[in-house]
Amino acid sequence: MRGLLRGRLGTAAGFALGTVLLLGVAPAVLPVFSLGLLGKFLCFAIVAVGIGLAWGRGGMLTLGQGVFFGLGAYVMAMHMKLADASLFGGSGVPDFMSLYGSGEVPGWWEPFRSPAVTLLAVVLIPGLVALVLGLAIFKRRVKGAYFAILSQALAAAFAVFLIGQQATTGGSNGLSGFRSFFGFDLKDPNNKVMLYLIAAVVLLLSIALARQLMHSRFGELLVAVRDQEERVRFLGYDPATIKTVTYVVAAVLAGIAGALFVPLVGIISPADVGVIPSIAFLIGVAIGGRATLLGPVLGAVGVAAAQSALSSTFPSFWVYFQGLLFVLVIGFMPGGLASLPALLGRRRRLRTAASTPAVPATRVRTPLAAPPEPEQNATMPEEARR
Amino acid sequence: MRVSVNKRAFLPLAAAAMATALAGCGSQIADPASAGSTASTGTSCVDTSGSSIKVGFINSLSGTMAISESTVFDSLTLAAEEINASGGVLGKQLQVVSEDGASEPTKFAERAGKLIQQDCTAAVFGGWTSSSRKAMLPVFEANDALLFYPVQYEGLESSKNIFYTGATTNQQIIPALDYLAEQGTKSLFLVGSDYVFPRTANKIIQAYAAAKGIEILGEEYTPLGSTEFSTIVNKVRDSKADAVFNTLNGDSNVAFFRQYKSVGLAADTMPVVSVSIAEEEVPGVGLDNVEGQLTAWDYYQTLDTPANKKFVAAFKAKFGAERVTSDPMEAAYTSLYLWKAMVEKAGSFDVDKVQTAADGVTFEAPEGLVTVNGENNHITKTPRIGKINSEGLIDTVWSSPEAVEPDPFLATYDWAKDLAK
Repeated sequence: MRGLLRGRLGTAAGFALGTVLLLGVAPAVLPVFSLGLLGKFLCFAIVAVGIGLAWGRGGMLTLGQGVFFGLGAYVMAMHMKLADASLFGGSGVPDFMSLYGSGEVPGWWEPFRSPAVTLLAVVLIPGLVALVLGLAIFKRRVKGAYFAILSQALAAAFAVFLIGQQATTGGSNGLSGFRSFFGFDLKDPNNKVMLYLIAAVVLLLSIALARQLMHSRFGELLVAVRDQEERVRFLGYDPATIKTVTYVVAAVLAGIAGALFVPLVGIISPADVGVIPSIAFLIGVAIGGRATLLGPVLGAVGVAAAQSALSSTFPSFWVYFQGLLFVLVIGFMPGGLASLPALLGRRRRLRTAASTPAVPATRVRTPLAAPPEPEQNATMPEEARR
Repeated sequence: MRVSVNKRAFLPLAAAAMATALAGCGSQIADPASAGSTASTGTSCVDTSGSSIKVGFINSLSGTMAISESTVFDSLTLAAEEINASGGVLGKQLQVVSEDGASEPTKFAERAGKLIQQDCTAAVFGGWTSSSRKAMLPVFEANDALLFYPVQYEGLESSKNIFYTGATTNQQIIPALDYLAEQGTKSLFLVGSDYVFPRTANKIIQAYAAAKGIEILGEEYTPLGSTEFSTIVNKVRDSKADAVFNTLNGDSNVAFFRQYKSVGLAADTMPVVSVSIAEEEVPGVGLDNVEGQLTAWDYYQTLDTPANKKFVAAFKAKFGAERVTSDPMEAAYTSLYLWKAMVEKAGSFDVDKVQTAADGVTFEAPEGLVTVNGENNHITKTPRIGKINSEGLIDTVWSSPEAVEPDPFLATYDWAKDLAK
């Protein structure tokens, strides 16, 4: 049974189950408001899939995913503002620009009038930014804490930049008040369900993409780069290329998630793209289990849902609880909750090993088990390493 | 190495999934003219059958704004208890559902949606920052629900789904400028936090100054929460302006006033007029840093009206003698009573009936009699300039002779013609 679940049949079955739950059961049982909330959580889950790849598999602590999330979101928001302005105002100038700005649409907004350009830009802009950054950072062999600090500084700078541009990005108010989405009326509950379904489909697609990557030669190399970058280099691969590609994939996923977040939630502001949301993206991933396929997804949805449910009842308590959970998981269960079965399994094996001759080192590969942190590898027996 | 083959299983699934998503499509906007006015998502779910009626409070009880917004929450709570003790609204007791906006605009939008769609509240009260209001506005418009917003703001807005019970610019900023002009101020220096309220306020001040021959000697912004003011304070000192107009928010005021004092500037030589420092903020900024400085609001705890004496006494009795009352708290307290009066005039909790009944509704508020203007959903208010006294309270030094009609778009001011197109 266990073997079956881990096999390709199990994957297909799990995927089918997820599809049925997300696309069939949820829309049937949840009211439109809760479905919208779930859609928002799914957006966070799409970001989490990317972080799982970059951080869990690639060892890159991406503390600045808010930037790519924000790029995708602002691109979509700009298009929706322009589309609303020509649909409803007739003037083609978004409302806030005439209130706070010159009343003219700046040139760099114009391309986003086109739906096709917008959809391309949602993918290309975060991707290109990540490509340039990735090449600049990884080719210079910047890694570890330095990479984390750099990416976080980027998120802070991005938020400050947006706040300063009151007339063209809406400043601290951000962009909100959307009425249509590619011609669909956002007030119509059917369209809200459609938005949710799109988010669910994109999440399923990104999980499939992540699985393909994880189980390919590329995925093996990525884990190798995380654990022993120097050895990979001596084997003739360029770790910078491998890391950059992963970073770009994570950025594109975050960008798409941002673009879906805007019509679902109805607002994007600098408060959704700065340092704090960037860290919040990580928390769910860490708690769920960053190196696994589904850990980040379930962690992101779980943490967001718990926050939504608990923060109204215990407004100030929630923040402490979330922090405590994060500290406990990082401190005592670096593989996240997904590593719990594997941890228990290892204890059982150790007990058996004590009574019977040692198990051979050819450990069955368990995609769900989180490999320990590289730093901790040093103190672990060789057998536990991968 | 095992290469997965789940691509084969996956492709049909993806196709099926996409088909499902697209099958869910609803109405498209064919005719923009009618789409703009089409009714919202179904009918309201407010339950008016029982002996109680639900209302929603939405304030930041966590995050950076919690320190300010929790005072508004307290004051709303007091108003709800008073109304319940005196028989409720249309004979129904108020049942409060409170939500935390967590100082994040997105959270405000989400929680507002919950209060309307899931909790089915008859009206919602709260919000503080402009960004929280801007985030909630489309939610209230899309669901055709009511929000009562209790804080002074930058104007240039009017929604039939929002009642603004705080001051708009012609009830706070312009009277402050009138007062300064009356005092013979010939030059001003503008200092503000970098967000929509200070930027809009300063745009208005620039236009006013240009029309009335006041010289603006500098306009400086710092990021929200910034505490580095030595450069700005030196610029202010070197400018030798007659007065400073301060639209800084929150913690920045502490650093600004401390450094202002340390370079030898003082209230009697170069007064600072602040529009974001009320009784509640004075201890935080430090009384010795701001004593004698000016503020512009429509309400002070020291006001000598019967309604205010009752309000202050009731507030202190409930929350402690050391607590103070401020302008946004008074506006929030007033907003709940105004809604009660509107509902009673309409004889119904229905949003459209309340909207129709709103025009001309009055309430004897702690700040004086206020009247709802049904055209722009703002209320009349009495602007007052105050001076921070040695106890940390604010004494009125100038008061508008009568309540001022709200004019959020400054349509009645010739010099403001080009501000809002």
